[in-house]
Amino acid sequence: MDVTTAFSEALGLIFGADPKFLQIVGLSLRVTLTAVLLAAMIGLPLGAWLAVSRFPGRNLVIIFINGMMGLPPVVAGLMVFLLLSRSGPLGAWGLLFTPAAMVIAQALLVLPIVIALTRGTTEELWLEYREHLTSLGVSGLRAVPTLLWDGRFALATGLLAGFGRASAEVGAVLIVGGNIANYTRTMTTTIALETSKGDLPLALGLGIVLMGLTFLINGLAFGASRIGARFAG
Amino acid sequence: MRAPASILPLRVENLAFEAEGKSLLGPLSFELPRGGITAIIGPNGAGKSLLLRLCHGLIAPASGRVNWAVEEGMLAGRKRHAMVFQRPVMLRRSARANLQHAASVTHAGRRVEDALERFGLASLAERPARLLSGGEQQRLALARAWLLEPEVLFLDEPTSQLDPGATRQIEASLERLAAEGVTLLMTTHDLGQARRLARRVLFLNRGALVEDAEASAFFTAPRSEKARSFLAGDLLW
Repeated sequence: MDVTTAFSEALGLIFGADPKFLQIVGLSLRVTLTAVLLAAMIGLPLGAWLAVSRFPGRNLVIIFINGMMGLPPVVAGLMVFLLLSRSGPLGAWGLLFTPAAMVIAQALLVLPIVIALTRGTTEELWLEYREHLTSLGVSGLRAVPTLLWDGRFALATGLLAGFGRASAEVGAVLIVGGNIANYTRTMTTTIALETSKGDLPLALGLGIVLMGLTFLINGLAFGASRIGARFAG
Repeated sequence: MRAPASILPLRVENLAFEAEGKSLLGPLSFELPRGGITAIIGPNGAGKSLLLRLCHGLIAPASGRVNWAVEEGMLAGRKRHAMVFQRPVMLRRSARANLQHAASVTHAGRRVEDALERFGLASLAERPARLLSGGEQQRLALARAWLLEPEVLFLDEPTSQLDPGATRQIEASLERLAAEGVTLLMTTHDLGQARRLARRVLFLNRGALVEDAEASAFFTAPRSEKARSFLAGDLLW
């Protein structure tokens, strides 16, 4: 099949709302959005707490988290695999090769990004706000909601970056999801599989959707920073 | 037994501050009774801002005490002293939201709308606070402090970055606050401002309280050689 035909069939899959195609896109979005939400719920307060706290070993924790931002997805997948495998500590939960396992793996990849970006953003704000907030009797942990709210536009950009990383990731979800048709097959794992099989239209179609997502995320991140500059100063 | 009606007088006793083994302030003592504007003046590095921060409890002294008439300057569970900084800290929100934040975290007794009205900020209420002019930001900082119903207001060089018009507005606000019974302790580099506003002057030099006098007496007949030199415009070492 030549590229022109493959491209034309790929567009047919997208605009024809092919059920199999939509199922894969839908699962990918559900897994990634859930993973980012989970990472945000843990990472935002944790990052802000790290920004306002002072304790022995804090710098080591920061270095560790920053290092984890470069965690190779296959290693993250392997870690979650070991954790969820039948002989692993959470094997009894029976989550391996399910979408839930994929969510955990992607959350593990996104979490360090969220924590590190939150710490950086809120620490900068804390340096600026500390005297004022302390003067109002708001110090330490009580300052966290104020810092998160005032850093909301920068943090939204960070979450979008996390979404970008998770949605484009293939190694971790392949290991813990198993790439099972109609169950754990995501856009990235499908592209890898279908390309190797020579089914280019499906791979191309999903590739176009992924690229569209990337541009959308960048547009939203740009919008968030512009809105922040306009409404928050 | 009746609860105390005021957090004043403030008694500062042998207060000292040091950093990295170097003495930066004190030991010094003075008393701040109720009412009026007291100006802390002196050259750069005299310890003026440090003294305000120690009194307001933002930093801990190396030794000595800041004694309010009631513990920590609190009445009915609320801190009754506030501070306005040289560079007002503006949260990344609208002017109104800055006031609402202060009101909510301190359970302030006054209304945000009244604060906006009183300090001439009603038409700027929805503007991002960080995009206001320097004078508007300082008025917002004053409004934010006023919300807290302070008995004592500490002001660190409140007009040092403002033009004469904005300075006049801030000074008018300070005089109004003083007339309403708020006790003001402010640092200033502007001797003209100290002459215009202050009833009393604390003159600091190199961390020491050199003179504590009525403003009129200080400006007409300072007792110390250092103060005479300072008022004459000499550079103090």
